[in-house]
Amino acid sequence: MEFWQILTYAGAAVALGAIVLRAVRYAGTPIHLRWELYPVAHEKGRADYGGSIFEELDWWTKPRQVDHLNELKEMAEEILFLKGVYLHNRKLWVFSFPFHFGLYLVTAWLALLVVAATGRVAGADPGGGFISACMLAIQVTGYAGLALVLTGSIGLLFRRMSNPDIRRYSAPVEFINLAFFIVTTGVALVVQAMYDPAFKGLTDYMYSTITFNQAVLPDMWMRTEVVLGSLLVAYIPLTRMAHFVAKYFLYHDVRWADEPNPRGGKIEGRIKQAFGYRMDWDAGHIQKNGTWAEVGTEVIDDEGEK
Amino acid sequence: MKPQETRPKDICLDCRQLVELDVGDITKLPPPYDDWVDEPIAEVPDEKRERFEASLDGVIGNVIPVPGTEEEKQALVEKFLVGIDKLFSKEDNWTFLQPFLLSIENCVKCNTCADACPIFEASGRVEIYRPLFRADVLRRIANRKRSKLGALTGRLTGADIPVTWETVARLADLAYRCTLCRRCAQDCPMGIDNGLIAREIRKLFSQELGIHPEELHGAGTMKQLHVGSSTGMNPMALADILEFAEEDIEERTGLNIKIPVDKAGADILIMHNAGEFLSWPENLQAFAIMFELAGLSWTIASDLVGYDSVNYGLFYDDIQYSRVTLKHAEVARKLGVKKVVMGECGHAHKAFMATGDRMWLGESNIPRESCLTLMEDLVCNEKIMVDPSRNDFPVTLHDPCNITRSMGIVMPQRKVLKKIAPQFREMTPHGVHNYCCGGGSGFAIMQSNNFPDWRMRIAGRKKFAQIISAFDDCIGPETNKYVCAPCSNCKGQIRDLLTYYEAWDRCRILYGGLVELVVNAMVDVKEGFLEWDFH
Repeated sequence: MEFWQILTYAGAAVALGAIVLRAVRYAGTPIHLRWELYPVAHEKGRADYGGSIFEELDWWTKPRQVDHLNELKEMAEEILFLKGVYLHNRKLWVFSFPFHFGLYLVTAWLALLVVAATGRVAGADPGGGFISACMLAIQVTGYAGLALVLTGSIGLLFRRMSNPDIRRYSAPVEFINLAFFIVTTGVALVVQAMYDPAFKGLTDYMYSTITFNQAVLPDMWMRTEVVLGSLLVAYIPLTRMAHFVAKYFLYHDVRWADEPNPRGGKIEGRIKQAFGYRMDWDAGHIQKNGTWAEVGTEVIDDEGEK
Repeated sequence: MKPQETRPKDICLDCRQLVELDVGDITKLPPPYDDWVDEPIAEVPDEKRERFEASLDGVIGNVIPVPGTEEEKQALVEKFLVGIDKLFSKEDNWTFLQPFLLSIENCVKCNTCADACPIFEASGRVEIYRPLFRADVLRRIANRKRSKLGALTGRLTGADIPVTWETVARLADLAYRCTLCRRCAQDCPMGIDNGLIAREIRKLFSQELGIHPEELHGAGTMKQLHVGSSTGMNPMALADILEFAEEDIEERTGLNIKIPVDKAGADILIMHNAGEFLSWPENLQAFAIMFELAGLSWTIASDLVGYDSVNYGLFYDDIQYSRVTLKHAEVARKLGVKKVVMGECGHAHKAFMATGDRMWLGESNIPRESCLTLMEDLVCNEKIMVDPSRNDFPVTLHDPCNITRSMGIVMPQRKVLKKIAPQFREMTPHGVHNYCCGGGSGFAIMQSNNFPDWRMRIAGRKKFAQIISAFDDCIGPETNKYVCAPCSNCKGQIRDLLTYYEAWDRCRILYGGLVELVVNAMVDVKEGFLEWDFH
């Protein structure tokens, strides 16, 4: 087993682990008070202007109508085209869109490399239709994805450096992160174009890696590409760049979380549990170490007197 | 340093005042106010500065006494740092832990939020008012404190703000330069809520350090819990006010109406912001007239807290919020009403129906709805008959943030207005994309020191510009015009704005609620319910 292969395994494991941990952490927080923000995409017939079921007389007697299709449409527009950035920050979108769309293509490219390698493991004919189609898709997604990420990250770095409003709030690490993308995708693009234009070498590498065989990467530049790629894959989920995990929760658990709390329902049970937590706030008007049920109902003045 | 160039880490600077505001930087108004010149914001006298913090921008919002000794300052700094940990704890902060964590940890600092903020824009882009600024100060402090490598990697990750008394005191006041309107969150592609972070900062200071504006706490939630209302109105005073209202209704309309109090088992318990009773009694009267003529079964509660829907806890303190909302729930349960209807008060709508949805439990979970939907039913389904020609003057609608952006109640008030006000016109933008009146999150009642100067010139600037733009075809004083603001706090702010900008004298712009317009149009009510006198 070669060093760069170990790095590839480690990169994938770290990335997967960090993403799962992050998601579990956010999913494991207690229920919170409702804090939605309209428009809510799944409000049937009302999403376009930002309405809600609260517009109905005796709303609690009416069936809650959830428009899953519109929610999916909104999500698709947001994920694929960064609709929010397009609408509210067009100058950023010019670079952010290619960067993010490029990342999707690069993800597809990596997945296709695995698919092609798995196809070979399963006995697909290397010259046959399936593998050929995979190889074509690998070339398209690979070149397009790497070029878009490279373009986008150069643009984003330029914007972060040249716009004083953004520069003022940018820590050094944020410049480093973009530089990491530029170097990694730049190297990958050049190496593939010069040394492995049909991506055969990389597909062979993936085949050896998923079959736990030694992968020969005779060229130093290809080894560099693999090492940088593995490090970047591991690094992203350890940073704020993995904001896609948080974005899911920000939209579904906060911004669009308008599920009402009927008497005796599931939500009520979770709230009752939270009311049992002991709080430790220290201001005079708060009874020390009481539960939320106790402190939240018993009035104490600022001197701690009941 | 120009106020447009302040960096987050400057918040700790040991200087008399971090930012000098220049009213010349404030955005210009459209005609006929294009030649409007603001007086400077009143200076805080030196002897006051020695007692109260004014080192942020020379404005005193959250009145923070200056600690007498270095030890006392250090003790408050320590408490602040302990409070930060509590914001991240599920036991101490289950109420908002998830949205807080998501917002504090994942901002990519693209600054999209900046252009959505009416305060930042109106100020002439004074940096400390940028939605990201205060959030980033807290973020950097929290990152340094909570990360094991925080001190080592601080410079690399930007977690480099020294936590001094200056940092703490300025942050405590800076949390009161945001109205929590959440327009920034709405425009954020990620969904990061800098308004929520401002509220969490307020909460930390209130719940851990006991620092909060007196108007919200001592004279707000505490007075409400002890006396019955933040206005200071006790149940006996309420009885007098209701009696006066009945007399006034008779005088104005000839109608003999008895306002039902504590009617057990009524269909509707109406909860008003008690500020209406004192400042705008015509609002309370209009509801009584409309309900009675529509033949509804309704009541007002006279129990402590039950006659004032205000819950300022929503703005600064979860414990106080919980205490007040659970009292409200208890009053509704005891009366055995079928539903609670929220009067024209934005934050009460949210406190009862949205955040309150996860506070009112079990038998106390009495259904709550907006008066706007009820009015839509009465007017649009012709349960009361209206003559729109009685309201044949230009009317525009202010959308309270809590009712629209935070609750999605957008169309009912418009359907009513289209039925009763032939010259209704929208502001731009409106609905869920509205601008805050500038008095949100308690600002409208924060009347001490020079805070109102700031509120008029900066926080409310955008709203005032919207109002005069909505009437640009008839802006002269020869035409009476009406700003409909179905929210008590917004009304207070708009009253102050119209006064400051002399808009009644210069443009004949009046303001009021929606129900007054409805009653003014009701054919069963003598003409002239709406009085064109500015108060």
